[in-house]
Amino acid sequence: MTDVFDRDPDDRVRILDASGELVGDPPNLPDDELLALYRHLRLARHFDERAVNLQRQGRMGTYPPLAGQEAAQVASAMALQPRDWIAPSYREHAAVHVHGLSLSDILLYWMGHGAGGWDTDANVLPAAVPIATQIPHTTGLALASKLSGDDAVACAYFGDGATSEGDFHEGLNIAGVFDVPAVFLCNNNGWAISVPRERQTASPTLAGKAAAYGIDGVQVDGMDPLATYTVMRAAVEKARAPGDRPRPTLIEAVQYRFGAHTTADDPTVYRDEAEVEAWRDRDPIPRLERYLRETGCLDDDRVDAVAASVREQVSEAIERAENTARPDPDAMFDDVYAEPTPELHAQRAHLHRLRDRHGDDAFLRD
Amino acid sequence: MSTDTDTDTQNLTLVQAVRDGLRTEMERDDDVIVLGEDVAKNGGVFRATEGLYEEFGDDRVIDTPLAESGIVGTSIGMAAYGLRPVPEIQFMGFIYPAFDQIVSHAARLRTRTRGRFTCPMVVRAPYGGGIRAPEHHSESKEAFFVHEPGLKVVIPSTPADTKGLLASAIRDPDPVVFLEPKLIYRAFREEVPTGDHTVPLGEAAVRREGSDVSVYTWGAMTRPTLEAAETLADAGVDPEVIDLRTLSPLDRETIVDSFEKTGRAAVVHEAPKTGGLGGEITAILQEEALLYQEAPIERITGFDTPVPLYALEDYYLPSPTRIEDGIREVVDF
Repeated sequence: MTDVFDRDPDDRVRILDASGELVGDPPNLPDDELLALYRHLRLARHFDERAVNLQRQGRMGTYPPLAGQEAAQVASAMALQPRDWIAPSYREHAAVHVHGLSLSDILLYWMGHGAGGWDTDANVLPAAVPIATQIPHTTGLALASKLSGDDAVACAYFGDGATSEGDFHEGLNIAGVFDVPAVFLCNNNGWAISVPRERQTASPTLAGKAAAYGIDGVQVDGMDPLATYTVMRAAVEKARAPGDRPRPTLIEAVQYRFGAHTTADDPTVYRDEAEVEAWRDRDPIPRLERYLRETGCLDDDRVDAVAASVREQVSEAIERAENTARPDPDAMFDDVYAEPTPELHAQRAHLHRLRDRHGDDAFLRD
Repeated sequence: MSTDTDTDTQNLTLVQAVRDGLRTEMERDDDVIVLGEDVAKNGGVFRATEGLYEEFGDDRVIDTPLAESGIVGTSIGMAAYGLRPVPEIQFMGFIYPAFDQIVSHAARLRTRTRGRFTCPMVVRAPYGGGIRAPEHHSESKEAFFVHEPGLKVVIPSTPADTKGLLASAIRDPDPVVFLEPKLIYRAFREEVPTGDHTVPLGEAAVRREGSDVSVYTWGAMTRPTLEAAETLADAGVDPEVIDLRTLSPLDRETIVDSFEKTGRAAVVHEAPKTGGLGGEITAILQEEALLYQEAPIERITGFDTPVPLYALEDYYLPSPTRIEDGIREVVDF
């Protein structure tokens, strides 16, 4: 696997070409793992389509779609062990699901429920909505693992825009100094809302920034699930079992956001449809499907069965989320501190009195 | 209210008035430069800068990398050099990386150089809740900035004031944090003077005259407060509603004059209660007009919790019912 790291930052790792033709060494994965990878990609795509529609129908708030970015999320998360940690951005629905969050909890978060995503034992931090703030957290998780003598690895997920923030620099710098078991996975989808990657940094690659911190940097085709898995797995193994190389790795997974930044964004204002279409030709799902058909892992019947099962799974998750009652207003006052302060007790009692006096309809606007 | 206006007007929403204010000041002064994330080609995520890039070009309307501290720090350098930058922070909840630059440098560049260098910069940011936005998109933390000497803090509540106050902020010799109530960006329209229009900083506006109780508020809370005031008026209570408009420096004279008339007061803000501006206004009344006071002063505010995700947002934000209830507590004391 050393060849993953002994390469120039612009020497992009690729195993499947855009059409799904094998152009490199595939990872040594059993068929059931490859099928699980394929199913997770389909699940992520279908979940995303339904989520965008829920927002359009007024059944959910603003939502950040991930279509186009499934491979980087799914394949990387599949290279982690349950004891490893993920510190995600807000677009990492597929990665955090693979690592243990339920789809209904993910939906509840975007439906405005405070508990969304936290009803879990998975080692997943809450989605970082500010940009790049989770990168130093990842360094901290990894440092704690190292100081505790554990072999857990921490992985940050963030976008190309995040590399412009101070927290990116500070987090990677500290990770390099303390040689922590961390992977920094940059989902470079080409656009930070309306600002293209070229306007984000004059650096020719994002992977090349690793050199400044004395850590490894690798660029991978983030729409190639096999390449992403291979690179991530190598980075995780290197972090877990230190050898001659630095333990931290910056991975630049080159990919594209097919849709809007969020459902509140209109990408037609700032980018050409022709560019979107060119990237759609590299869609990770048909790529892996073609490969798996050629290896005999998939056929029409199995593809149909996967489609039916992901439809059912997403429908059930939506039903569960929508049948979850609106949180009790008291929940607002819980978990601000381990013990609510006297002032919080007083404010909770005040809200109770107001609701008793005027009824809940006097508060709710819709 | 003194204003300096042309006679022609346009019927604008609040966010259109932001754009019109920026455009007018950019036409008037070549040193005015807009910069931030998505402000140029995209016209801003709320379209507050729409068309400015096409009209003024990429030297004056600049899409920056995603870097709040960098945006504000760069603006401080531009201001020290002699330009008048107007950086945009996309949401107030994302202003914190720039906090160090604002409080450690923008606010005190004048002091530290005895006036040799100054920082005539306006940091614009939409603030506040009520739009079912994701986490961190509903913050109302004006008190952080009011607490910092050297900064001015402005929050408009009407389209005409938005344009006039923004113009005054841009022309002001000191740094201004200009917070825009995104809940009412498109809630209503108003006639806004075309061309040159300023509203002075530091002057509150009496939105409703009354004799029974003084209610102090600003920004997006002004409308529900006025709604509560009208409901109370129908029931025979006559509240005076004061829109502070500038939160630093506060218009102490208008605040105190009203209280001397009514002897009763309530403050409405959506920020958390503890450490919020309600406490500052109460202290001013205690300092200046204690002997006029006839009832405890009520603070009708957001709770001392993180802004909840939107399923509970309506319980967090002061509603007309809650405001009416709080004012009654004061009046019935």
